[in-house]
Amino acid sequence: MTYNHHKDHSAAAAEFLVNKERVQWHDDALWFVRSKRDKAAFALPEWEGLRTQASAIKDHTLSCLDEYLQQFEQNAARNGIHIHWALDAQEHNDIVYSILARHGARKIVKSKSMLTEECHLNDHLEQKGIEVVDTDLGERIVQLNDEPPSHIVLPAIHIKKEEVGAIFHKHLGTEAGASDPQYLTNAAREHLRQKFLTADIAITGVNFAVAETGSIVVCTNEGNADLGVHLAKVHIACMGIEKIIPRTEHLGVFLRLLARSATGQAITTYSSHFQRPAAGSEMHVVIVDNGRTTQLGREAFRNSLKCIRCGACLNTCPVYRRSGGHSYHNAVAGPIGAILAPNLDMKKNADLPFASTLCGSCTDVCPVKIDIHDQLYQWRQVLVQEGYVATGKKAGMKVMAAILSSPGRFSMAGKLARKMLKWFPRLAMNGKLNPWGRQRELPEVPAESFREWYKREHGK
Amino acid sequence: MRVALFVPCYVDQFYPKVAIATLKLLQRLGLEVEFPAGQTCCGQPMANGGFEHYTAGCNSNFIKSFSGYDHIVCPSGSCVLHLKDHLHDEKQEAEADRIRSRVYELCEFLTDIVDLQSLDVSFPHKVALHQGCHGQRGLQLSASSERVVPFFSKPLRLLQMVHGLELAPLDRPDECCGFGGTFCVSEEAVSSAMGLSRIADYQQHEATVLTGTDMSCLMHQEGLIRRKQLPIKVMHIAEILSGS
Repeated sequence: MTYNHHKDHSAAAAEFLVNKERVQWHDDALWFVRSKRDKAAFALPEWEGLRTQASAIKDHTLSCLDEYLQQFEQNAARNGIHIHWALDAQEHNDIVYSILARHGARKIVKSKSMLTEECHLNDHLEQKGIEVVDTDLGERIVQLNDEPPSHIVLPAIHIKKEEVGAIFHKHLGTEAGASDPQYLTNAAREHLRQKFLTADIAITGVNFAVAETGSIVVCTNEGNADLGVHLAKVHIACMGIEKIIPRTEHLGVFLRLLARSATGQAITTYSSHFQRPAAGSEMHVVIVDNGRTTQLGREAFRNSLKCIRCGACLNTCPVYRRSGGHSYHNAVAGPIGAILAPNLDMKKNADLPFASTLCGSCTDVCPVKIDIHDQLYQWRQVLVQEGYVATGKKAGMKVMAAILSSPGRFSMAGKLARKMLKWFPRLAMNGKLNPWGRQRELPEVPAESFREWYKREHGK
Repeated sequence: MRVALFVPCYVDQFYPKVAIATLKLLQRLGLEVEFPAGQTCCGQPMANGGFEHYTAGCNSNFIKSFSGYDHIVCPSGSCVLHLKDHLHDEKQEAEADRIRSRVYELCEFLTDIVDLQSLDVSFPHKVALHQGCHGQRGLQLSASSERVVPFFSKPLRLLQMVHGLELAPLDRPDECCGFGGTFCVSEEAVSSAMGLSRIADYQQHEATVLTGTDMSCLMHQEGLIRRKQLPIKVMHIAEILSGS
């Protein structure tokens, strides 16, 4: 369940791109989701207004996050929910384990939670001999295949149905060669039903935590969060501090945006509200920082915390669609992952803000108006300033800046470059020396530059 | 009205015909256009690579070259967006500010300032328009497909004025081509794959000419097209609008 830490995005993407037919399939599958999102968004004339409203609510909430978190804590405690605060991933995992240990729990069902992926909770619990079953279908598929999700909403989007058939054949004993989605889904259903019935504790994520009521909302399409919570005696919900919204009425904005942006549905099949434990049961909420207050303190990157994890920026991103989620080596992939990950570890994730053309589609699609591509640009500046780029690049940039800032040097260098290309065209086209030439020709070299032509024409 | 022509550095060196077409187009519209001789580069290549702090020299040279003009016109949405977002100089910030508000991409200038209503040129070909992302989403040259706003497109409107020109409908009318500055070499595989999928879209709709507002996007796609020897001619929009 770990990422390949040794490959940067570019190298991992190049590997993904070797199988062209597969990349085309991956791109088409995600573009289909983007198109569904467009249909759903364009059906609402008030779409842009909703985005503005959602953005304003989140901006406001982040501006007094401490107060809303405390309000949530007080109200949740009043409802009989146990609140825990975790500074980082380790504390989060320790808290969850301590609850399990207190109940002697050995079997856990978990509904989809990107936070527990971020904290590597499964690894932590499995090392202690606890069985953790991810109950979201896509997440169960990648779990059985011993790999991390490649997408925050569609965790198994990179796996074809024939491959799901092979995974299920190996782990669930389905017929060899089966690829019928209904047959495979039924098999998963039977398998998961047994897990639900025998689980000691259910873990869920949190989509929204409402400060004024102390309740949480979890959105699923499969009802797996509800089934897990209602069958187990203990419910542990794990949330990042940014999941807070002030009031219940704000759900009217966010729930409309979330499902439409994520999958093009008007609303997720289940928007489940959990406000207090059932009689005889326990409910815990673990509130996690894990670098979020650091991000909150970085002014240029603060509003990345507005993210509601819809995945729309992944679906629309032409780079993500052609490089696959695993190439981002981070729990959250795609453009949003690329602005969140450097906050957690600049050295490890220094490549991610450069894995973008800054086309801005992510920013325009984002339902809460995060300026994602501007933040990618800003992260590049920070990463360079902090020394996380190769020294060769730095030297090259220095030379380029010296040439491009002086008319004399620029004219001379341009002339020289055009001469060199004329004399040694194949040298510049050698793909090993110059990646440009691997699949592209260079422009045909003109006899004179525009400035030379202009001088000749205008006699200046 | 004093109009200055800003020619992006790589256009100056590798695509002088695009700058000539831009100049002639503006002159044909009765504008007096000057080409300030000391100009070089907007600084974007360094800035997008994370080295904005190396662009002070480019910035001061740009301000020196382009002070005093009413309008600065450039046949590149990307360079213009960079200037609008990042042209600063602490020694002459007022002048930098003035320039930022007076620099225009060519189609934007023809639409918003010149208020061009008709063109006497003909181009009887099936043309695919590549919307450069920085022009489209950054400068708002046209509505992006993600946003729920009424459709408009300044470059498209200008192309519709050209006699005989047929626009190829595209499956993905505003997907990025994958150029992205240094991205085109640092992420060569993804960059090329993105470009090739744009080109497949043009071919599927039988376009014989590819045009756009940014020569950088076109240079990248032209490189792919020429390597595969495909029957698509690549022209900057200024070349079509000027009838050159």
